[in-house]
Amino acid sequence: MNSVPATDQYLGIEPLRPWAVTRSTNLKNFSRSIVFGLVAFLVTIMTPLANIDGWAVAFLLINVAWVVGRTSRLGVKERRDAVLRLVFTSLAVLAFVPWLSIFLTVLLKGYRAIYPGYFFSDMRTSTPEDEFNIGGAGHAIIGSLIMVAIATVITLPLGILSGIYLTEVRGRMTFLVRFIVQSMAGVPSVVAGLFIFTTIVQPMGKYSGMAGGLALAVLMLPTVSRTAEEVLKLVPDDLRSAGYALGARQWRTAIMVVLPTVKSGLITAGILGVARVIGETAPLLLTSLNTNGFVWNPVGGTVASLPTYIFSMFMYGTEYSTSRAWTGSLVLLALVFGFFVLARRLSTTAVQNAKTDSRKARKLKKKS
Amino acid sequence: MKSTPTPRQMVVVYSRADKIFRRIVTAGALTSLMLLGLIAAFLIFRSSATFREFGINFITGSEWFSAGEDPLGGATTALVEAEDASVFSIGPMIVGSVVVALIAMFIALPLSMGGALYIEFYAPKGIHRILVSILDLAAAVPSLIFGLWGIQIFTPFGVRWATFLNDRLGFLPIFSVEFENFARSPFVAGCVLAALVVPITTSVAREVYSRTPRDLIDTCFALGGTKWGAIRSVVIPYGKSGVIAGAMLGLGRALGETVAIYLMLNLVFDYSNQILDSAGGNVASMIALKFGEATDKEISALIAAGLVLFVITLIVNMIASSIVQRSTPRA
Repeated sequence: MNSVPATDQYLGIEPLRPWAVTRSTNLKNFSRSIVFGLVAFLVTIMTPLANIDGWAVAFLLINVAWVVGRTSRLGVKERRDAVLRLVFTSLAVLAFVPWLSIFLTVLLKGYRAIYPGYFFSDMRTSTPEDEFNIGGAGHAIIGSLIMVAIATVITLPLGILSGIYLTEVRGRMTFLVRFIVQSMAGVPSVVAGLFIFTTIVQPMGKYSGMAGGLALAVLMLPTVSRTAEEVLKLVPDDLRSAGYALGARQWRTAIMVVLPTVKSGLITAGILGVARVIGETAPLLLTSLNTNGFVWNPVGGTVASLPTYIFSMFMYGTEYSTSRAWTGSLVLLALVFGFFVLARRLSTTAVQNAKTDSRKARKLKKKS
Repeated sequence: MKSTPTPRQMVVVYSRADKIFRRIVTAGALTSLMLLGLIAAFLIFRSSATFREFGINFITGSEWFSAGEDPLGGATTALVEAEDASVFSIGPMIVGSVVVALIAMFIALPLSMGGALYIEFYAPKGIHRILVSILDLAAAVPSLIFGLWGIQIFTPFGVRWATFLNDRLGFLPIFSVEFENFARSPFVAGCVLAALVVPITTSVAREVYSRTPRDLIDTCFALGGTKWGAIRSVVIPYGKSGVIAGAMLGLGRALGETVAIYLMLNLVFDYSNQILDSAGGNVASMIALKFGEATDKEISALIAAGLVLFVITLIVNMIASSIVQRSTPRA
């Protein structure tokens, strides 16, 4: 109530906002949903509709009936509008329910096998069926990180170069490069695995972490170069012009003005690429397989990784091994989300920096 | 009368350092072009033996038999002699891939269009922001986790829906079954695939819808239109090509999905038009399934299967990205 400052100019007249949803309406809507939910529950018990999906259907039907009844005195147009609002809302709920369910499942099933040693020990001395206080996924986490690091070292420079090509150099093949990069984003992961299998694994005669990293790099490149391009597009042209006006050549402007401006944005591109590939399973099944122990040498043979660890634990099929698989999923999901949040934080600051920089420049221009 | 002077030609002369810089950057950009070419070249090279032996039958036939592997364990001389008896063809797998992907898109498209419209036009501001960031996160969930979730959580639901469809619509050939075992059927796998594709298509659709010119929508309201009126007459036509492109991207993803399908689908080498039956096909997961114990000859056949999959998804994705490039104004 105290949101309006009592000043002399302001005579206590609040602007009317007749469209605003009042608290009592909110309360009414909320209590109505609860009542409808209970009715739907009764319907579910008494009719063949069963379980939570049956309840959802009943709930939706009751709501539709209520909306139709409420708008019966209005025109056809209004009624259609109200019903479709309900339809869109329920479609949105339906679209997000699987995600919510996955998230909760991973949390609830995954926390059981977690203990500090899970992150530091491997499966050499324990079987998948052991109690949860022996063995862990440390080797898989390390393996995943090594392979992802290999992929990043390869793709980050290439992605940034193609981003610079698309925004700075703008050669004759700009259209083609953009088109191919976009199409490459759809290369099936198993095909990337097959490609590395035929080019690296077969000639070398053994599976290796290097091969896995290269397979991930194939999948990571499109994401990185696309994000790098988007980020480089954000650099205001003022900065480039300023560079040229100071007598810098194109390469100096690109390397010393444009790239430093979007440094964190380019890091974001790398992180998004990592988040994209760290959960890839199919290519690793064809290139790096799985082992039970720590492997630090990326060319020394098979390497475990989180996805293949989860996969093999799940295929083992006992209660304990399945639990371990869920815990692995929890770690994997946490890694993906961690990378994502990091990328988002970095990218927002990057955009803000670029904007404030150009704003500062404009202010300086005005002053002088 | 004097003619107007022609405008002066602008000539850009790059210094030597600039030329080197441009060449390095161009080389970097061309690497991704070359990579795509290399993938295609190596797949063609390594699968040529299979294509030479089976020709078009590899795509149309429906038999996969590797003579080197002994069903009873332990290779016998008879089997080694019968090496030439192996037959490889992936017809049912291609059809199965398309069927599962189409089921997924059939479910995912209404969900993602409705979801995107809700997020852009109906959701309150706070919910809008939360949903947009959840969408990004959901698109990053690895498909392996979708597979685990599908098997352990979703399958009972999917089986119940399949039973329902079979009860009510069983007289239609595609909803009929031979055995009433609905788990690991194309329908249930397609539902999980739909859950996997929805975040991708929704976020594309949402972005397209958010770019609808605001004044056109306001014009609708000013003329006395309802929200649905504005959506039907402005938003949906405006975003049509973008949404189609998003759907194609989703379709490409659904066609190439490996692990989730591997876990969710019972692979059977036979044509079937019953989507509720516990038998289906999928090229990508077949590759993963057969790869472990493959003979040299079989590996060549698997690579040929990978090539087919690669070509199909590449065509789908190229259509998608050409639509995207045509619909976004070039800067």
